[in-house]
Amino acid sequence: MATRDTTASSASALPPGALEAVPRWGEKAIYALLVTCAVVSVATTTAIVISLLSPTISFFGEVPITDFLFGTEWSPQFGEQAQFGVLAIVVGTLNVTLWALLVAVPCGLGAAIYLSEYASRRVRKVLKPTLEVLAGIPTVAFGFFALFFITPLLQDVWPGFLGEEPGIFNAGAAGIAIGVLIIPIIASISEDAMSAVPGGLREGAYALGATRMRVALRVVVPAALSGIVASIVLAVSRAIGETMVVLIAAGSTANLTMSPVESIQAMTAYIGVTATGDIATNTIEYDTIFAVGTLLFVMTLLMNMVSIRLVRRYREVYE
Amino acid sequence: MSTERYRSERTRLAVAGARARTRVALDRQPVGDVRKGGLFKLLLLLAVGIALAMLVALIADAVIDGRERLGFGLLFEKGSGDPEQAGLQQALLGTIYLIGGVMLTVVPLGVGAAIYLEEYADDTKWWNRLIEVNIQNLAAVPSIVYGILGLAFIVRGPLDLGFVVAAGSLTLALLVLPTVILAGREAIRAVPDSIRQGSLALGATRWQTIRHQVLPASIPGIVTGVILAVSRAIGETAPLLLVGAATFVTFKPSFFEGGYTALPVQIFQWVTRPQDEFRVIAAAGIVVLLIVLLAMNSFAIWLRNRYEQQW
Amino acid sequence: MGEQVTGDERRTDEPTVEGRADSPGPAVAVRPRAESADSRSREPVFKLEEVGVKYGGVPAVREISFDIHRGHITALIGPSGCGKSTLIRCLNRMNDLIPGAVIEGSIIYHGEDLYGDRVDPVQVRKLIGMVFQRPNPFPKSVYDNIAFGPRMLGRKADLDETVETALRRAALWDEVKDRLKDNAFGMSGGQQQRLCIARCLAIEPDVILMDEPCSALDPISTGKIEDLMLELKRDYSIVIVTHNMQQAARVSDMTAFFTVELDQGEKHRTGRVVEYDDTEKIFTNPSDPRTEAYVTGKVG
Repeated sequence: MATRDTTASSASALPPGALEAVPRWGEKAIYALLVTCAVVSVATTTAIVISLLSPTISFFGEVPITDFLFGTEWSPQFGEQAQFGVLAIVVGTLNVTLWALLVAVPCGLGAAIYLSEYASRRVRKVLKPTLEVLAGIPTVAFGFFALFFITPLLQDVWPGFLGEEPGIFNAGAAGIAIGVLIIPIIASISEDAMSAVPGGLREGAYALGATRMRVALRVVVPAALSGIVASIVLAVSRAIGETMVVLIAAGSTANLTMSPVESIQAMTAYIGVTATGDIATNTIEYDTIFAVGTLLFVMTLLMNMVSIRLVRRYREVYE
Repeated sequence: MSTERYRSERTRLAVAGARARTRVALDRQPVGDVRKGGLFKLLLLLAVGIALAMLVALIADAVIDGRERLGFGLLFEKGSGDPEQAGLQQALLGTIYLIGGVMLTVVPLGVGAAIYLEEYADDTKWWNRLIEVNIQNLAAVPSIVYGILGLAFIVRGPLDLGFVVAAGSLTLALLVLPTVILAGREAIRAVPDSIRQGSLALGATRWQTIRHQVLPASIPGIVTGVILAVSRAIGETAPLLLVGAATFVTFKPSFFEGGYTALPVQIFQWVTRPQDEFRVIAAAGIVVLLIVLLAMNSFAIWLRNRYEQQW
Repeated sequence: MGEQVTGDERRTDEPTVEGRADSPGPAVAVRPRAESADSRSREPVFKLEEVGVKYGGVPAVREISFDIHRGHITALIGPSGCGKSTLIRCLNRMNDLIPGAVIEGSIIYHGEDLYGDRVDPVQVRKLIGMVFQRPNPFPKSVYDNIAFGPRMLGRKADLDETVETALRRAALWDEVKDRLKDNAFGMSGGQQQRLCIARCLAIEPDVILMDEPCSALDPISTGKIEDLMLELKRDYSIVIVTHNMQQAARVSDMTAFFTVELDQGEKHRTGRVVEYDDTEKIFTNPSDPRTEAYVTGKVG
């Protein structure tokens, strides 16, 4: 370090090496450790892909992919007569998802518009966290709710003109339960997107004499549209990936129908049942777990990527 | 109005016209508009009401159905084929062990990754962006796919741990890791840059700055985030089913040996039994689960409010 | 601000006003050089040679060449946005923290190239300290704030003494000696800034850089810190960026006047040093008309 006395004559050169780096092995080790932690995430994705891929490839060695994707009969357990048309369970999933959306989109969007455009500060403070509570309820509780509350209720109030009433296991009840489960996703992200719309846009509309409803529907919602669509896409992805509700309440036989009153089997439920059953590994039947799993993974991954891109778009516009 | 006040016919007409237009604009809205607006608001309230009603119905249904068995007996009895006797003892023990394992895994990994991403990683490098995209995608992967991962890689495959608690813990840890990383990043990001600059300007190294300034200030946020993420793990059933948390034979507490069960898994099993009595204890189990979650979340929020650093 | 609000007896010099007969006279008072820095050798601590900084390819400051002398207070003045802060941050390699910042030219510190291959910015910052515009105490106790630097340097022995010395040197000891364990956030702005100065002093640097240290403070605190600077000048070399011309005139020995210019052919506005000289000369008899326009208040 340079000397600090003030006499003019003293030279103030730096001691040699004063500015050079001191080797800090501890720091380097810590850095390596931290990088490892971050890389675990990549490792996880890789592991997921590998764990799915290998049995899936072996599966498609035996079953042509066209049979898989376009066949309508799903009965892998039938040994010699086994059929591997995944559409039956895909449609089962879509069936449930449809009813879920019918519940979640109006309720979720409605709640979002209310929170964003109508609710006072006090109401928001209470309402927002309450909706978040809905998001925290475990799915097994929703499954119970679907089987023991929604189904009997549906059976009781089912109007005759709609035909036969729902059975003990039915797609409708599971759909409604999943719908309620995903309301917070739609409500929260849509409300976020709507709040991001600049106040100036609203004020301009109000100044022109628009009513609150008009401002909400014609100004705010269109401005926040990409965020709203993102929330719905994310909600669909969540609904498709939901296991416990359909496992408990929707049924366990593959059934190619969009009817809410019939029992169906969703992709996730199929995986759940089969993986916990007594099936020998390295059989085609066992491999179906992974084939269906891959399909599920790809579907949700694609939807998630779309949703992220949409969210980025609305954020870019306003921030 | 008197016309003498205005110099010309034109002015008079102009003023009259302005007055009339203003009156039209400021008067009350046309009735149709008011009705539509009211109806719309009603629909919105209905939407909110349905959501809230469902929430209430779900909780009430569980409480009502399970009220007979709600009590300490439920907590301390072992699982059993006889619903009158069955209890949650092993399930609770299993959950405690599982969550313990999850925390041991997820806290170092998650906080480490968060520190790296926030303090060291250069955004322009492609591998750092890959890591970020990865974490975002992992957060949206269905939980059952994590179960498949656990089954293929942890229970069998390379780790080959078998159907034990450690396998369940690891699987759940991977599931909640993205959430913990996200929470950690937010907590670290909340520390103002001026603090880092002040520390670095004193000749502290990057790690010294993190260890002595950034981390201590962000710990309340990190802890809150970990508790919230872990409480989600408590309610997860599907992945545990796949990695073997189904047996409920005598459970001797152990991470690497023997079968186990967990609270939501036990509830699921009871739900799938046809007898009415099982429905009762399933409902009671759900109430217990909800209470546990409520307690954890409240604790996390209290922690945050008490210890959060105000800048 | 021409008034001295402090009744501090250290400030015994009366400000005098000088000027050329044909000029309107300086708008600021200049301290006479009784105990002039000239009497010490003008030994350079920093030699800047054609120094330039680019952020992401856009030049912020260019062709800066002058020497900073030991034991002097050197002021960097000029309008907003002409790169004074950018330059001062080069002197302790804080610009390294900004991704995309590129330094050109050379900065020689006591004969060593500050940006040489083997130079570690961490070591540089132990010798060249910095005080920021907004006081940035750590959310810890007063004691821990000051002790942080020495602890990181491994000087854990006699910590109490080190802390007290630093606080005394920063003229803060009397105010906080009974409150060492209190959180630093509870102090006033002026006290916090003196705390930051004490924190810097605790690691015993060679140079202290100050980036507009008083701009967030009230006049009384500003006065105290200016007095402090004059005291510290005995043991440290100080470089200060300031928007306050009167402050520069009051405390500094040498002054560099910056301005911003539109480069021909390019669209960027780049900062440059127009004039660098004894403070007295800059404020009473500047060579460059741009300097004169600024110090007489004709331009902002």
